[in-house]
Amino acid sequence: MTETLADTAAGPLEHPMPRAAGCPFDPPPALMALQTDSPISRVRIWDGTSPWLITRHDHLRTLLGDPRVSADPTRPGYPHRTAGMKASDQARQTFLTMDDPEHARLRRMVTAPFAVKKVEALRPSVQKIVDDLIDGMLAGPKPVDLVEAFALPVPSLVICELLGVPYEDHDLFQRNTKVVVRRTSTSEEVLAAQRELADYLDDLLTVKRARPADDLLSVLATERVATGEMTQRHAAETGVLLLAAGHETTANMIALGTLALLRNPDQLALLRDAEDPKTVAGAVEELLRYLNITHSGRRRVALEDIEVGGEVIRAGDGIIFANDIANRDPEAFPEPDRLDISRDARRHVAFGYGVHQCLGQPLARLELQVVYSTLYSRIPTLALATGFDQVEFKHDGIVYGVYELPVTW
Amino acid sequence: MRVEVDQPKCVASGQCVLIAPEVFDQDDDGFVELLTDRPEPGQYDGVKESAVVCPAAAIRLAED
Repeated sequence: MTETLADTAAGPLEHPMPRAAGCPFDPPPALMALQTDSPISRVRIWDGTSPWLITRHDHLRTLLGDPRVSADPTRPGYPHRTAGMKASDQARQTFLTMDDPEHARLRRMVTAPFAVKKVEALRPSVQKIVDDLIDGMLAGPKPVDLVEAFALPVPSLVICELLGVPYEDHDLFQRNTKVVVRRTSTSEEVLAAQRELADYLDDLLTVKRARPADDLLSVLATERVATGEMTQRHAAETGVLLLAAGHETTANMIALGTLALLRNPDQLALLRDAEDPKTVAGAVEELLRYLNITHSGRRRVALEDIEVGGEVIRAGDGIIFANDIANRDPEAFPEPDRLDISRDARRHVAFGYGVHQCLGQPLARLELQVVYSTLYSRIPTLALATGFDQVEFKHDGIVYGVYELPVTW
Repeated sequence: MRVEVDQPKCVASGQCVLIAPEVFDQDDDGFVELLTDRPEPGQYDGVKESAVVCPAAAIRLAED
C-alpha cells in the first residue's frame, strides 16, 4: 500500500465522518482536505477495512467509466456501506450490482419509461400531484412538516403511478424503504424489509399478468416474465429497487433543497422569479451538485491493477467514489462551496457516472423542476418554523437529508 | 464535425437529448439515436457537452 498523507501514524481517516458543526450542506472538512493533499487515499470503514477514497472529479469519472472496476458486491474486497447492506447485496442481485454484459441486458428491460420524451409526457400529471399537495398544505394547519406533507408524497405518488403500484399501500413501502436506507439497521432488519417489499411486488406482478395496465410492472409481467427473459422474483426485486430509489432520493432532494434555498434567500428569489424553464432546470442541476444527498458514495472493487493519479489500485482493492467531494472540486466548479443556481453545473456527478449512472435521472429532474418552480411561487412566504440548529439531519442515512422540516407561511 | 454514437454502449441517461435535441434523440427504449451526423457549427457546443457528460462515453466526435 502506498504511503499517503492520510495513512501516516494516525492511520487512515474514518469514512463516513461527521460534518462540521453548523455546516450541514458541506462534506466533512477532513475528507474535503484529501482532495488537495491526497486525492486518492485509503480510508477506514465500519468493518475495519481500508478501501480507497476517490475525491477528484476527473479521477472519479475516469475510474467509474473503467470496465476494470466492478460493481459486484459479492466480490471479495467490495467496500459495503453497512452490515445491513452487505447482507442484502449478497442476498439479492439486481442490475445495480452486476457488471456488463448481464447488467446491460437486465437494465435495458426497464429503461423505456425513463426516456426523456416519455418522462416529459408525465409533466402534467406530476404538476397535478404537486398542486394538489400544495392545496392540501394551504388548507391545513400550520406549521406543517414539509417532509410528511409534501417531499415524500410527491416522488411516492409519481413512482407508484409509473410502476403501477396502488398508493393506498404506501405505508407498507415507505416503512420498509426507511429501514433499508437507515445506516443503523441490522442485517436481519434490512433483509426482512426487502423480503416484505419483494413479496408484495411479487403478488402484484401476478395480478398484473392477469390484468395488465399501462405501467412498468405490467410490462415486466407480460413481456419479460411471461416470455421467460426474467424470473418473476427478479422482476419483483427490480421493482423493489425502483420503488426504493424513487422514494428516498427525490424526497430528500425536495426537503433538503428547500432548506438550502431558505438559507440562501437571494438564490430562492432568483428561482421564484424565474420565468424561463431553463433557469429552473439549471437550478435543479446546481442543487443536485451542491447537496449531494448520495453522500455515502459509489462503491466498487478493482478487477485488475489500475494506475491512476500516481497511485496503483490493486486487483481486489475496494474503492469508494466520493461524489459529494468531487462535486466540490474547484477544478470542475469554480467557487464550489457557493450555491449559485445560475452556474452551469451539468457536469456534476450526483447521479454517479459510468454505465451505472442513475436510471431514473430524467424522472428526478422532472419532479424537481416541477416542485422547485411551483412550491416557492405558490407559497412565497414559506419559512422555517423552527430554529436552523433544531433541524435534524440524516447523518446516519445512506441517503442524506432531513428527518423533518417544519415550515410555515 | 462528424458525430458517431455507439448505441450498444448507451445507458439511456438522456442528457444528450436534453442538451442537443436537434442532434440526438432516443428510441422507444430510451437509447440514443442520431438525427444528424453532421451538426451545424451552431450546434457544436451542445454536441461537445453531450459527449463530455455522457456517462457511457457512447458519443464520439471526429474532425472532417
